[in-house]
Amino acid sequence: MKPPKTDSSDFILSVQNLNAWYHTTQVLQEISFDIQRHKVTALIGPSGCGKSTLIRCFNRMNDFIATFKLAGQILLEGQDLYDPAIDPVEVRLRVGMVFQKQNPFPKSIYENVAYGPRISGIRRRHQLDAIVEESLKRAALWDEVKDKLKANAYTLSGGQQQRLCIARTLAVEPEVLLLDEPCSALDPIATAKIEELILKLKDDYTVVIVTHNMQQAARVSDFTAFFYLGELVEFWATDKIFTVPKDPQTEAYITGKFG
Amino acid sequence: MNSTRQIKMRLIRQKWGDQVFQTIAVIGVLIALTTLAALLIDALSDGLPRIDWKFLTSFPSRKPAKAGIFSALVGSLYLITLTALIAVPVGVAAAIYLEEYTSQNSRINRIIEVNIANLAGVPSIIYGLLGLEVFVRAMRLERSLLAGALTLALLILPIIIISAREAIRTVPNSIREAAYALGATRWQTIQDHVLPMAFPGILTGIILSVSRAIGETAPLIAIGALTYVAFLPDGLRSPFTALPIQIYNWVSRPQKGFHTNAAAGIVILLALTLLLNALAIFLRNHYQKKHS
Ligand SMILES: Nc1ncnc2c1ncn2[C@@H]1O[C@H](COP(=O)(O)OP(=O)(O)OP(=O)(O)O)[C@@H](O)[C@H]1O
Ligand SMILES: [Mg+2]
Repeated sequence: MKPPKTDSSDFILSVQNLNAWYHTTQVLQEISFDIQRHKVTALIGPSGCGKSTLIRCFNRMNDFIATFKLAGQILLEGQDLYDPAIDPVEVRLRVGMVFQKQNPFPKSIYENVAYGPRISGIRRRHQLDAIVEESLKRAALWDEVKDKLKANAYTLSGGQQQRLCIARTLAVEPEVLLLDEPCSALDPIATAKIEELILKLKDDYTVVIVTHNMQQAARVSDFTAFFYLGELVEFWATDKIFTVPKDPQTEAYITGKFG
Repeated sequence: MNSTRQIKMRLIRQKWGDQVFQTIAVIGVLIALTTLAALLIDALSDGLPRIDWKFLTSFPSRKPAKAGIFSALVGSLYLITLTALIAVPVGVAAAIYLEEYTSQNSRINRIIEVNIANLAGVPSIIYGLLGLEVFVRAMRLERSLLAGALTLALLILPIIIISAREAIRTVPNSIREAAYALGATRWQTIQDHVLPMAFPGILTGIILSVSRAIGETAPLIAIGALTYVAFLPDGLRSPFTALPIQIYNWVSRPQKGFHTNAAAGIVILLALTLLLNALAIFLRNHYQKKHS
């Protein structure tokens, strides 16, 4: 029996009246929008407008900042992520994150990818081997590292390290993948590889990506949210927002005529 | 705008400043090195000929030529092992708690930080008096190995905490975030990433503080450690003596023979300290290579 296809089942994440503060400074104001399953949603906007703050709310990474406060709701499959009954560790297992600056552990390539599965209780060597291989393949890194899995991750190039970080995140099989400016430190070739990867990942994951690169947003995303000074100015299908933006601020930003 | 002439003048002035500073620095290093060399040569020339297997394995005696350092050497080794066993777990745990479990900018944390730094600067005799009052008298441990170790543990605790905190602080936050984002708990993050990366630094701090404790005399005198012990400690409550105490005792004797013994004791103490420092450097390099 198939459930009737409703609108809400297409949405995996729903942000409702989200406000956020560092200390007493409000950095996000009344943000509301929904993120569709198996689509790529891009968050764009000028530096300091709160994109990282927002994306870090999706996997409760802001919990570690003592001055951070939040009001409103973020629903993952209808469940409030900030419900006191919810374990933040579980949230992070379901919502994975890749950071702006690649941050592999100073361990072997293999150990980097195996770490997540290991702490979730997978011990069998052949099982871990399979996960490592599968994850590295999905992150389009396998061919480059398959002969040196024991090598330290720091021996890889920046772009390879970033793909390793993606592989490491895929190994815990999250439902949502958060990417905060994943290409900001990479050259065009590495960037192209990661963009290609994002488009492939869409089949299995929901991707939220922060980017300063308008072409990148246009190339990889299905939906785009434009933020300005902590507010959501416009949220629309990417092809629409880049061709017929409703808001003059959005238009100014994407055409590069901004302040 | 600067003219070429002005720039030239400035460069000359700067070069001259460099030169002056360099000279002062070199003189400073030379003074330190010659003092150290003089000390070493003095102790070595007096003490080295006296050191033989018999000296190392004999108990103290009223006759300088028969006296040995056995009970002091063994006492020092017991004492330092026990001190480390007490201070290291407490110190490292405190450092982990302060760095990983409390908010870094909280007022209490800052107050604690300043106070620990102050404690590290308190003269060691004060720790001796504290040990005398608390461990020897109030806790009735008498002048035992345990009382001595507890006193020295208090003495090195601030240094261990400070160096362990510094080592933990050098672990970049991005590593913690990476672990958390993969679903690690706080303790898993600490155990699997923070501590392994901080390990060389923590270890260096431990060894350096232990090598400081091994030469401490004042606190042991204050708690009344014995100077003449013709047996080995046989338990935590056993009386004991230690190398610096034995040396202090020999130096204060009028006979020339005892002074030679003292010099020999100093050489052994120095060798022990240098050995520990070398170990610290070796281990740090070894683990640094492994982790970067
Ligand atoms: N830990 C923090 N403590 C206090 N204020 C912070 C903290 N992190 C960010 N902020 C402030 O919150 C605002 C939003 O920051 P955020 O990092 O979310 O912006 P961003 O859109 O990601 O910018 P960028 O494009 O430069 O990465 C900024 O004004 C920033 O100064
Ligand atoms: Mg950001």
